[in-house]
Amino acid sequence: MKALCWTGINKLTIENVDEPTILNPSDAIVKVTMTASCGSDLHLLGGYVPGMRAGDILGHEFMGEIVAVGSGVSERKVGDRVVVCSFMSCGQCWYCTNGLTSLCDNTNPHPGLGEGLFGAPTGGCFGYSQITGGFAGSHAEYVRVPHIDTGAFLVPDGVTDEQAVFASDAVPTGWMGADLGGVKPGDVVAVWGAGGVGQMAARAAMLLGAEKVIVIDRLPERLEQVRSVIGAETLDYSSGEVMAELRERTGGRGPDVAIEAVGMEAHSERPDYVYDKVKTMLKLETDRPTAVREAILSARKGGSVFVLGVFGGVVDKFPLGAVMNKGLTLRSAQQHGHRYIPMLLDRIAAGEISTGHLATHVMPLDQGPQGYEMFKTKADGCVRAVFRP
Amino acid sequence: MSKRTAAALIAAGTAAASVAVVARRRSTDAAGSPDSNESRWRVVTIARPEAEVIVDGALPAPLIELADLIDVRTSAAPGDRGTELAARIRPNSAAGDHGDRVGQLRAALRRSKQLLETGEVATNEPQPEGHRPATPAGLLVDALARRSPEKGIL
Ligand SMILES: NC(=O)c1ccc[n+]([C@@H]2O[C@H](COP(=O)([O-])OP(=O)(O)OC[C@H]3O[C@@H](n4cnc5c(N)ncnc54)[C@H](O)[C@@H]3O)[C@@H](O)[C@H]2O)c1
Ligand SMILES: [Zn+2]
Ligand SMILES: [Zn+2]
Repeated sequence: MKALCWTGINKLTIENVDEPTILNPSDAIVKVTMTASCGSDLHLLGGYVPGMRAGDILGHEFMGEIVAVGSGVSERKVGDRVVVCSFMSCGQCWYCTNGLTSLCDNTNPHPGLGEGLFGAPTGGCFGYSQITGGFAGSHAEYVRVPHIDTGAFLVPDGVTDEQAVFASDAVPTGWMGADLGGVKPGDVVAVWGAGGVGQMAARAAMLLGAEKVIVIDRLPERLEQVRSVIGAETLDYSSGEVMAELRERTGGRGPDVAIEAVGMEAHSERPDYVYDKVKTMLKLETDRPTAVREAILSARKGGSVFVLGVFGGVVDKFPLGAVMNKGLTLRSAQQHGHRYIPMLLDRIAAGEISTGHLATHVMPLDQGPQGYEMFKTKADGCVRAVFRP
Repeated sequence: MSKRTAAALIAAGTAAASVAVVARRRSTDAAGSPDSNESRWRVVTIARPEAEVIVDGALPAPLIELADLIDVRTSAAPGDRGTELAARIRPNSAAGDHGDRVGQLRAALRRSKQLLETGEVATNEPQPEGHRPATPAGLLVDALARRSPEKGIL
């Protein structure tokens, strides 16, 4: 079958690979009908996440049709049209039964790597380096899905592939940031990043009752989507006045909840950006936390900051003093999608959450390398390149 | 010697001593020599009652192979979290030619937990993959991934 493989830093190739097979009783094989690029893939592509191996198949945000199931599968069946959560959940361990499914104890075959890097491993994830288990990703004609009963969700009739595919990753990630960030009625929320994740976080904050939501980015076409599709306010960070502007728009308080949806490759007009750029180039720092710093410094006293952006290692000039002295709550996670996806699919079906507009570029998988180039450089207004294998 | 210099020297001494400890630990680990604390108890919490972890006195299957080498104990985990299954390399047991005994114990404990909680062991071999060139960096990633079930803090 055809698959889009990472072959080195900023290199992708379509290769002919073997088809996956059932390896465990809980497995299924899914014929991929749609698979999307995500900001996390850019971190993998650019070599920011350790543990990538030339020949790895990328892709973790996807949907498709079940074509085979293992002997232990009881809920899902061949023929089901499903969206699959990008992280894997066994459904049995303490983390899975407590809604912290991306922390599953039983889905990562390479636990020693995460233990070495982070003190404990995360659960397994599709196409996302050896750290999350080294699983083959979804940018292929078929993908093996362990624990299909807990990880795959039926797509409601009337919801298109372009709408449903984002319920795999971007929508639950954004929802989690607003939910676990503690957004409640009357809040003012600021979101850094107007990619798929930031837009979905903004929409979630609105649905959870926030009275004002401000999304920060610099790309005009994304900011336009935020205003016209999501219905939130926007702030262009290229003005260089983000903190002052936020203060003005929040009655002098700062946002109650600050959600960071940018990640380790943040760009900025702030002077610390140059510092981070040099330090990451010299390998003295692995990640650039520019937006995290700004979120922490902007949040109101006693507010909360949720880091949705992915970080892989260590950062510098972390404003711990602001966290401490302003009494902030700082939280983060890889997405715990399983607890949200059924509810989110219902909301997508009901028209409460728009997602289809994120699929700005739908193309065959053969054009994967070009699609990623567009997504990486944000060319032609690309918000997510989406592939039909 | 003024009080202040004495304090500074003591502080410096403590720092140097802790650096030395860290350095020593690093070098034994890096050399792959036996874990400095081979007989530490290594514990996993399994979301199952004790009676399902040790059934009629029998160890979970992955630990049976190591039965001659290890001590095993269980206790109820706090907060209804199931059972804490602990095992250690028996102190003063003859080294024999078992290779990385701690690594084998880690892997066996992790497999035991997965089998008891889910009935299977997470794997991705064999799976589709593109061309894997034998570059030094690539081979290093392969080796780290392969040995990962035996590595970590556990
Ligand atoms: N926590 C999770 O489970 C999870 C899941 C999916 C994605 N992510 C992460 O979320 C982040 C965003 O993902 P995405 O798919 O939306 O990516 P994306 O690349 O499409 O969007 C990132 C956006 O951030 C903007 N940006 C860059 N620097 C900024 C700054 N200083 N201030 C404000 N905006 C800035 C960019 O212009 C871009 O629009 C990534 O780090 C990704 O890895 C996390
Ligand atoms: Zn993602
Ligand atoms: Zn689990």
